[in-house]
Amino acid sequence: MTKYADIFANGIWRHNTGLVVLLGLCPLLAVSNTVVNGLGLGLATMMTLMVTNFTVSLTRPLLRPEVRIPAYVLIIASTVTVVELLMKAWTHELYRTLGIFIPLIVTNCAIIGRAEAFASRNRPLPALADGFAVGLGFLITLVMLGAVRELVGHGTLLREAGLLFKTAGEGLQITVMPGEGKFLLAILPPGAFIALGCLVAVRNWLVARRRHVRVPREGIAPGAPRTSTT
Amino acid sequence: MNETPDASQQASVSRSALSLGLIALASAALLSWVYSLTESRIAEQERRDLLRQLQQVVPGDSFDNAMHEDVITVRHEVAFPGGQEVQVYRARRDGAPVAVAMKLRANDGYNGRIDLLVGIYEDSRISGVRVLSHRETPGLGDAIDIERSDWILSFEGKSPVQPGPDGWAVKRDGGVFDQFTGATITPRAVVDAVHRALQFFESNHDGLFSAPSQVQPGERESQDEA
Repeated sequence: MTKYADIFANGIWRHNTGLVVLLGLCPLLAVSNTVVNGLGLGLATMMTLMVTNFTVSLTRPLLRPEVRIPAYVLIIASTVTVVELLMKAWTHELYRTLGIFIPLIVTNCAIIGRAEAFASRNRPLPALADGFAVGLGFLITLVMLGAVRELVGHGTLLREAGLLFKTAGEGLQITVMPGEGKFLLAILPPGAFIALGCLVAVRNWLVARRRHVRVPREGIAPGAPRTSTT
Repeated sequence: MNETPDASQQASVSRSALSLGLIALASAALLSWVYSLTESRIAEQERRDLLRQLQQVVPGDSFDNAMHEDVITVRHEVAFPGGQEVQVYRARRDGAPVAVAMKLRANDGYNGRIDLLVGIYEDSRISGVRVLSHRETPGLGDAIDIERSDWILSFEGKSPVQPGPDGWAVKRDGGVFDQFTGATITPRAVVDAVHRALQFFESNHDGLFSAPSQVQPGERESQDEA
């Protein structure tokens, strides 16, 4: 059981795709201008990750190492296309809003990264769990980023929820700050970078503080060691 | 090299090719299955989208034909510059012309193109205008969007004689349409594009309604199946 606990801790917190590994930033920054957009892309990415991880793990006995990367690309591309077709058919409005970023899930390095680093070395069930955990971590980051930007930029939360939840979502919008004069920068591209920077800082601060409490004499290790960029 | 590693190498290459081929085949099968599953629903969604768009500029209760399938494409370098192919959807009631909706583009927005849907009644009054997509500056030029302000509604009821040729401009240029604080280029581009479309409609009125539709009723479905 500790293995699964580890998988979840890694996916959601220790190796969070958006905040620590900093993979898949292009869609992360581009569509996180509202909570609903973030949730939509997050769910689509999570679905994709679970399916690709599971399938990649299933193909382990079949694949020779030399052809594994093209095989992963094939699996990921067809999974994303399936997700895209399903969204186009059932959540058409949301699909139109997210536009190009659904097909671009293919290029989210986090997905091929998980296929290579985890799914190709583990059995189907842990691979599925890893896909879920990493996807959830990405989803949470997207939603938090969307919440911060929407709150500052529009003064609301969950606006246009009908895109995702159809008629059930229409009453969901929460207006926190009514009236005009919102901080427009937040919903523009620079706001995405600033907000992400703040979230990364908050996470690093939490980590550093915990480390500080545990080993007060040795102080804080320089930097966040796991942070890496592609 | 002796024979054994060579043979095993060959075997491994063909095994790799085979496994890759299998995965490709499985992916293709899955994709075509999902595609056939979602195809009609996606086409239906897109048709509904289009009809919903058209009904924003031409009131849905004013016509009784399948407006989104009664369409012609026109090109006109003066009215629609930049080599555009403009779709003209025709609304009719009991076969008589009611209105058209034109999908056109203003090329001279502040940030490039602005896609517009312009609805014009048969008597050359504007029935409605909507911005379909644009990249104007948020907070300044994006007031042309119905979600940001009511500005776009100020076109309704306007015609070539009301406000007249000089009135078809933003107020800064002596016309009747408001500009936005800090953004004149965007509304100017929209006003000009709508005005040109209106003039085009007036001088081609009969031809626009009588030209045979490119999409015959039911044709779209049969194309999908082919």
